[in-house]
Amino acid sequence: MEGFIQVAYLIASVSFIVAIKLLGSPRTARVGNLIGAVGMLIGGVATLFYKGIVRYEWIAVGFLVGTVIGAWLALTVKMTAMPQMVALLNGFGGAASALVAAAEAGKAWIENTLPQTTPFALTTIALSVLIGAVTFSGSLVAFAKLQELISGRPFLLPAHHYQSLLLLLVSIGATVGFVGERALLPLYGVGIAATLLGVWITLPIGGADMPVIVSFLNSLSGLAAAATGFVLNNYLLIIAGTLVGASGLILTQIMSKAMNRSLWNVFFSAVGMGGPTGTVGDRTVRSTTAEDVALMLAYAKEVVIVPGYGMAVAQAQHAVKKLMDALAEKGVEVRFAIHPVAGRMPGHMNVLLAEADVPYEKLYEMERINADFPQVDVVLVIGANDVVNPAARKDPQSPLYGMPILDVDKAKTVVVLKRSMNPGFAGVENELFYQPNTYMLFGDARASLETLTQALKEV
Amino acid sequence: MTELLFAVFVFTLSAFLGFELISKVPPTLHTPLMSGSNAISGVTLIGAIVIAGEMSTPTLAVLGTAAVVLATLNVVGGFWVTDRMLRMFKRR
Repeated sequence: MEGFIQVAYLIASVSFIVAIKLLGSPRTARVGNLIGAVGMLIGGVATLFYKGIVRYEWIAVGFLVGTVIGAWLALTVKMTAMPQMVALLNGFGGAASALVAAAEAGKAWIENTLPQTTPFALTTIALSVLIGAVTFSGSLVAFAKLQELISGRPFLLPAHHYQSLLLLLVSIGATVGFVGERALLPLYGVGIAATLLGVWITLPIGGADMPVIVSFLNSLSGLAAAATGFVLNNYLLIIAGTLVGASGLILTQIMSKAMNRSLWNVFFSAVGMGGPTGTVGDRTVRSTTAEDVALMLAYAKEVVIVPGYGMAVAQAQHAVKKLMDALAEKGVEVRFAIHPVAGRMPGHMNVLLAEADVPYEKLYEMERINADFPQVDVVLVIGANDVVNPAARKDPQSPLYGMPILDVDKAKTVVVLKRSMNPGFAGVENELFYQPNTYMLFGDARASLETLTQALKEV
Repeated sequence: MTELLFAVFVFTLSAFLGFELISKVPPTLHTPLMSGSNAISGVTLIGAIVIAGEMSTPTLAVLGTAAVVLATLNVVGGFWVTDRMLRMFKRR
């Protein structure tokens, strides 16, 4: 039986590798995801035959509850709420890994085998609890911020980072204590300190930095599973967890690079703390009406739409698609420019536009479209701010300086759809709004877009 | 000791494999990649199943069952929501 289970685990490992490989291309991604799910099913079912398992009622109850809630979440979550959904699921995965490791320690304690456990095995137990707990509490805070249960602004206590450092040291100290003492008490210490640490790390992260932290927590949830794999000496867990850890780490890197910041800087600089920065003076912006914008668009040859988090907030993705169709009818070429950190998680905008049925060939990455902006007649900025702020290129004093941006300011005309003149999440004034070729269309993005589409049809 | 060494081998090779696999994913797929890989990290479920199914104390049974609930949520929710997203990515 043991051999049969190992073969099943091998098959599951291979399916995970294939799944991640196939998730890398739009044509094969869906099949890849299904292969991953089948691999998980094979691994799970094979485990039921493990000789140590003598009762199935708790497994059945747990499985049923988890399936019902998981399916309900997956089917009802709005596409705009995907970042918080991923954060929440990350947290659950981390918590499960920590619980499994803790239970292993508890089992060894009851069976009185802790004294014979190797220091390495003890370390992996503590690490698994540590990483799992950080993932859990950090993800819950990220979830609360994204769901706006708490403010999305950075939150810092006095000497906050020293407190975080202290919590990290206590977690490590308790880990050492657990390995040395071979008792459960220090392991509780690890769990408590690490849970607090997760909260402390995530509280200072502002909304605009969320793509980085969500990717980072994704990576941690994988590492927690890998650590649990070491505890159980289970290669399937090690392989799957490490793959996820690596993928999350790469996404984290891509995200921080897209903001021209190091991971260190994201964690410790709390961008968006103070008030607005940047010089405004008493300049004025040019406010415009939907009818005027409709005219501009109708006579344009090429239009580029730049979506941002504001589009998600206003649930405006379907209205954007309708505008795109109306423009296509007039023979106007429409493309979308997607900044890597637009929204609250990697690829957030792409998912929303896909939901609205915008073909993904219309979506252009920053590097592919930036050179084209000078030829673009009209750029429509929908709820994006920091990612189109020219201060990132021009003003060495700006906190955004050096961040790669979409060069929309070089287009012939820019129309910014915005609720009000509030600065973006980084709290930085946007030079773009005051440019002579920029017009502001104030109001709720979805309402503005609907009026705009209507006006366009009447031109 | 050899068993441990073997585990470290597997870990190291998996890390390299992970970096190789992921580095070429187009940004369009970043969100589904994240939620899909997230579901895979719910593989800790198999550890949870063993804990919940072994003959042990009530405390451990509760821990194990809680872990099964959380891991299943992670797995089912993750794969399902990824599929929901990927169904929307159609080529014209």
